[in-house]
This record gives sequence, C-alpha cells and structure tokens, in this order.
Amino acid sequence: MSPARAHIVGVGESAYARWGKIGEVSEHALACQAIQRAVADAGLSMDDVDGLASFAEDRNEAVFLAAELGLPALRFGNMVWMPGGGGGCAAVSNAAMAVETGQAEVVVVYRSLCQGQFYRFGSGGVSADAPAEPPVPSLQQANSLLMASMGFAMPYGLLMAAAAYALPTRRHMHLYGTTSEQLGLLAVTFREHASRNPRAVMGGRPLTLEDHQASPMIADPHRLFDCCLESDGACAVVVTTEERARDLAKRPVEILGSEQGAPRGYAFGPFTNANIPDALYATGGGEEMAGRLWAKTGLSPADVDVAQLYDHFTGCVLMQLEDYGFCERGEAGGFIESGALAWEGGSLPTNTHGGSLSEAYIHGLNHVVEGVRSLRGESTSPVENAEVCLVTSAACVPSSALLLGRK
Amino acid sequence: MSERFFPDTMPPPMADGTSLPWWEAAAEHRLVVQECGACQATRLPPSPVCPDCRSDQFGWREVSGQGEVYTFTRVHRPLGAGQAIPFVIAVIALEGSGGLRMISNVVGIDADAVAIGMRVEVVWEDMSPDLAIPRFRPTDD
Repeated sequence: MSPARAHIVGVGESAYARWGKIGEVSEHALACQAIQRAVADAGLSMDDVDGLASFAEDRNEAVFLAAELGLPALRFGNMVWMPGGGGGCAAVSNAAMAVETGQAEVVVVYRSLCQGQFYRFGSGGVSADAPAEPPVPSLQQANSLLMASMGFAMPYGLLMAAAAYALPTRRHMHLYGTTSEQLGLLAVTFREHASRNPRAVMGGRPLTLEDHQASPMIADPHRLFDCCLESDGACAVVVTTEERARDLAKRPVEILGSEQGAPRGYAFGPFTNANIPDALYATGGGEEMAGRLWAKTGLSPADVDVAQLYDHFTGCVLMQLEDYGFCERGEAGGFIESGALAWEGGSLPTNTHGGSLSEAYIHGLNHVVEGVRSLRGESTSPVENAEVCLVTSAACVPSSALLLGRK
Repeated sequence: MSERFFPDTMPPPMADGTSLPWWEAAAEHRLVVQECGACQATRLPPSPVCPDCRSDQFGWREVSGQGEVYTFTRVHRPLGAGQAIPFVIAVIALEGSGGLRMISNVVGIDADAVAIGMRVEVVWEDMSPDLAIPRFRPTDD
C-alpha cells in the first residue's frame, strides 16, 4: 500500500488589522472565526473536524477551542516546538502526519494574534517610562531553558528580533557586499504585490525604494520598511486525507513534502547563540533542510513556480533564497536586483499576497494560505499554470517548509 | 564602582543551575568559557553535556578578554528610561577561547566607528555590588 498523501482542502482568515486594532474581540474568538471559515471553504462541517494543530507557544489551546467549536471529539491536539513563526509549516506537516497515519481525519491548523491585548513582541517587559522605584540590578532565576539562554542576550539589550537578525544580515553584507538597496527592493516588490490584495493591511500604501531608504533606522541594517508588520488577525488551513479531499468544495492542494528542524548546534539561532558554526552564521539556517526537501520530493529549485517565503525581515528572505538554492551563496542581492521575485516578469514570483511585510503578520501561517490560493488560481497576483509552490516558516531560527502541488 | 554604560533598567541576566557558575565568575570580573573534562573542547553558553564527546565532566577556563568584532548592529530604539541611542550590540570572537564567540556590547566609541574585525577588550560594568556585565571597548593599538 502506498502511503496516503495528505492534502490541504480549505483556507480561511479573519479581517487583518494593524497591531492593537482588534481590541473588542478576543484572540480565541478570532481563531474560531478563521477555523470556521476555513472549514466552510473546504465544504466541510465542524462535525467533520477531529484535530487541531498550532505553533509558537499559542495562547489559544486546542482543548478549549475544540470545546468552543463543538468538535465531536478531539483526537489530535498538537503544538510545534520550533520557536515563533518557525513552526507554521511544521504544524501543517504534523497535521499531515496525523491524517496519513489515521490518528485523525480532518485537522485544522490555526494561528491567531491580537498582540494589543497581551504584550508586544520584542519589548522584553521593559517600559519606556522611568520606574517609580529604581531597581537594584541583580541576577534573576531563569524560569525556563529559553530564559536561561536569553540570559546571554538580554543584559546586552538584545530584545528585539529586528536587532537579533540584523547580526547575520550585517555579516552577509560584510562577506558578500550585499546592500541596503537590495534589501529595500524586497520590501518594494512585496508591497507592489499587496496593492492587488484587498486583505493586505498595507494594500493602499505604495512604497518606493526612496521611501525605504528614507525610513528610520531600527537596528541597522534594518530600517523600518525592512521589518514586518505587527498585526492582529487569524487564519487557518484544513488538512485531510487524499480520499476525503477528492470530492470537497475546492480543488485540493497536495502536500508534496515537508521538513522541519535545525542544523547541528543551532539552538535558538543568532538571537541567543553567538556560536553558530561560521559557515552557517550568515545564512537562514535552512540549507540542510532544503536539501532534504528537494531529495525527498525529487524536485529542484527550478521546479518551483511561485514561493511564499517567511519575511519577518528582508535580510532573512535574502538568506533563504540562497539556503533553498535559487541562487548561489552570496548572490541573492543580485538575484533580487534582477527582478526575479516580482509577480510581473519574475522567474520566481514571491509573496504574491504581500507577505508579512505588507499583507499581515500572522506568524507566517498566512503564507500557507496564500500558497494554497496560488495553486488554486485564487491569488490576487495569480501565477498562470503554477503547479509547485514553496512555503517557508521563518529563517535564522529553527524553521520549517512545505512543497505544495496542484492536483 | 566601575564606569557605567547602561541604566539600571537594563534587563538583568537570568540563570539556572547550568549557567550560574558563569555569572558567579563574572561577578568576580573573570570571563570564563566552559571546557570539557574529557576532550577539552570549549563551549558557550554553558550546557550540561559536551556536544562533541557527550561527556558530562567539565571545568571553566578563564580567557584574556581580548577579541574582535565578528558582527554587530546599532540599535536606534531606546530600551526604556535613560537609555542613550544608538547603542551597539555585537558578537565578539574571544581570543584563546578555542574559537568561541559571545553576544555583548561595544562601548566607549562612537557607534558609527564600529566595524567588523575591530580589536576589542573586555570592560566590566558593575551594575550593582553583586552584578557585573562584560562589555567590550576598542583596544588602543
């Protein structure tokens, strides 16, 4: 018996908004909305769903959502260990494993973010206001392995992801002559794609390279427009078996292959680890994973018609282009300058929804949603006859990736 | 007390049993790296088992505090009250450490003058009588 291939059969999302703009609706209510829309898109009912999967220390635990949504039973509830957005594709991969092995039949992968209701990523709990009583600096007890690891970053003021991923990007510039303008072209390209996408938070805000170069420096080389949005919103994708996928509402998308993980000695990546091997430091850390993905699917970078690459920061997109073999190491700057990533005329149209830089930052699960739409012919920046789409989740942290195929 | 570079509101370090000896050495202004008791490979941050030979025997080797900038960023967002910007976060390659690096700051120089390859040396900042943080400043040569 050949292994059953899992398929993605439904996608859905809430409205996307700027950080803190969704204050009345709770984060888990938004998750429920996205899940219901994805299930409806598939032509399924909540009575068909028996599994839920998420990632990135999700606050909205599957056991509660299963009860809130009236699932007949929760047979599979899964959370991925990859930090932050690194677990998006991995959560889809775990859902696929569940349906392929009969642990569950219909698994919904979800992510909801209403950061304004909680804390802001990167603040490290530091207030901009002077404290009433000045603290006496002292060594604190770490309440987790992650915080013990952050103990070698936070006392130096390394709290923001923008600063952490500036470190490998600066090294890439030093080694290969990569420029801020090349990074800026990525932001400009993805913004142009967002201009056709009514869901995109920045859809009505054109961006030029001059705007990028004039934007405030955050943590150099990262300017404001090198950094992804901070958004409120939720999205979800429905995974089921090949057999169930055959007669549902929409054209199913096949999961051709998936990979997750990190290379030797990587730990959390450059955010806390200064001792990533030299050959890996100025990369996204995904090269080995990419090699396994090509090997197991028999595909190569030349087979990819459209890509949805995790874009928390422009530098991390640039390094992924090299990790996945779309160009040689050190040559991504020139590859970007060639216009390769543009919807119009590019050899590798990338982030056709606008990405986290211009559609919304939903920890990259919206890239999986767009990957499905791009193979269904539903993207607002459609790539004609696209058959294979690469989706990635994060870079410069342990990460994951999917190769999706049109049926 | 030493010269101060960052305000008291800077996030304090957090340690567990594995990393505590590193911070105790720092309180004595000793910059140390962990050294495997079996194969002598060095490692940072501290961890329970040697990733090379998997021995759980280890000791601590003091290093000179000399090094060079491996990569860096200038942060233009203040970290709360009293924080001057831009400030420099850098990865420092530590001399005599068996090829190790650490995250720290480069202080005592205009942020725009920091460059990869710049020679630096440790400067201890006593945040309080019980807490010292190693920063780095350019060497004179």
